[in-house]
Amino acid sequence: MAAPVSLLVEFGGGAELLFDGIKKHQVTLPCQPEPWDIRSLLKWIKQNLLKERPELFIQGDTVRPGILVLINDADWELMGELDYKLQDKDNIIFISTLHGG
Amino acid sequence: MPTSCSACGTSPAALRRPKTGHALCRPCFLAAFEEETHQAIVAGQLFQPGETVAIGASGGKDSTVLAHLLQLLNQRHGYGLHLVLLSVDEGIAGYRDASLAAVRRHQCRSGLPLHVVSYRQLYGWSMDSIARHLGPRNNCTFCGVFRRQALDRGALLLGADKIATGHNADDMAETVLMNFLRGDVGRLRRGAGAGSAGGEGAVPRCKPLRHAYEKEIVLYAYFQGLDYFSTECVYAPQAYRGYARALLKDLEAIRPSAVADLCHSGERLSLRPDLRLPARGACQRCGYVASQPLCKACVLLEGLDRGLPKLGIGKHQRLRDKLRDGQPLTQEELKRLGAPGENEGELPKEQETQMEPGVKGADKEPWGGWELRGPRGLDF
Repeated sequence: MAAPVSLLVEFGGGAELLFDGIKKHQVTLPCQPEPWDIRSLLKWIKQNLLKERPELFIQGDTVRPGILVLINDADWELMGELDYKLQDKDNIIFISTLHGG
Repeated sequence: MPTSCSACGTSPAALRRPKTGHALCRPCFLAAFEEETHQAIVAGQLFQPGETVAIGASGGKDSTVLAHLLQLLNQRHGYGLHLVLLSVDEGIAGYRDASLAAVRRHQCRSGLPLHVVSYRQLYGWSMDSIARHLGPRNNCTFCGVFRRQALDRGALLLGADKIATGHNADDMAETVLMNFLRGDVGRLRRGAGAGSAGGEGAVPRCKPLRHAYEKEIVLYAYFQGLDYFSTECVYAPQAYRGYARALLKDLEAIRPSAVADLCHSGERLSLRPDLRLPARGACQRCGYVASQPLCKACVLLEGLDRGLPKLGIGKHQRLRDKLRDGQPLTQEELKRLGAPGENEGELPKEQETQMEPGVKGADKEPWGGWELRGPRGLDF
């Protein structure tokens, strides 16, 4: 049984518009049998934080192409992407590259 | 912990570079990104010492990073450039007003001078008033054509020698895709290059970030703490570019070098030598560069001022001929050119006087030989 995980989840670059314009979310993920990873975090975000047009944020079980993910300020491509196991106090940032120019 | 930086070998890497796959730490990435932009400027001979360069500043990520880098590199390497921020106010409530506020914050922090030109002032129409006439589609055609010319007019006012825009590699690749999908050969040849030479009211242009991936621009802005505006334009969801963009992002997710490869394809494309492309001349009305008797902006404005906003969009050669010859159009024809029907079209009061179709001075206009060979939508 995985313990609850507290995270700072941030949205930027226009992604915050899908979350009522709120950029910073202090969240606590509940206990669950499996350890939390980014894949399960995305599902949780879709159910609990995402306010509108989910297809602009999530496609399939991952983020929409063009949304950058930083785990503690490091590119998620270096951290195992969807399989990264979340640690307590992690900072996860989603930045859209799809807006404006 | 992530892997170590492949440049310094000590610090933990902060990102994987999409073009090369290298993992770099934050300081090494910032240094590499700045140095590559400098090399692109030097290798492409984009600027000459003493030039005044107008930076097209929208308040978005690309132009904010471009302005930051040009100012930094101008000081670091002694380019000897006089830099000016140039913004276009299209008149889009809730979008451009907020992004111009971001430009003004950048102006305050950077100390660079800022000049704003507006569609209303240049053309007598804001994008919001155009959209009320036109409906949800084709707004980006008007906006793109008008913006291109507005930047030139603003740059001429400022006495600028060049315009630098923030187009990145993803933008370039999208444009190559779009032009391919539209079969727009002339634009494929022109649009994929480094910039344009200018002439006939157009100021020479360059794109110092055209090899830079969007991912790196966004991460550069994030790591440097740059403040930029990032809301999608209210009219953009209808634009064709969005589909090219989605396709490109899907391709990039499978193979990150797809972006650079598409840009390369666009740059290396050669046209059959016997292919005839329209010659570029000057607009008979405003003198701006045009491949037809009238430039696209003047055709679009003509349509707006006649209350026929779709006059410059799509294949309406026969109807344009009728207008030119002073023949009346039927209700159905007027409707095809975007005139409101009897039960629709709530127009703002100040434009109602312009709703009389096809009248004064039509036969004086240089419509002869006018043929739309180009694309149905235009992109700047």
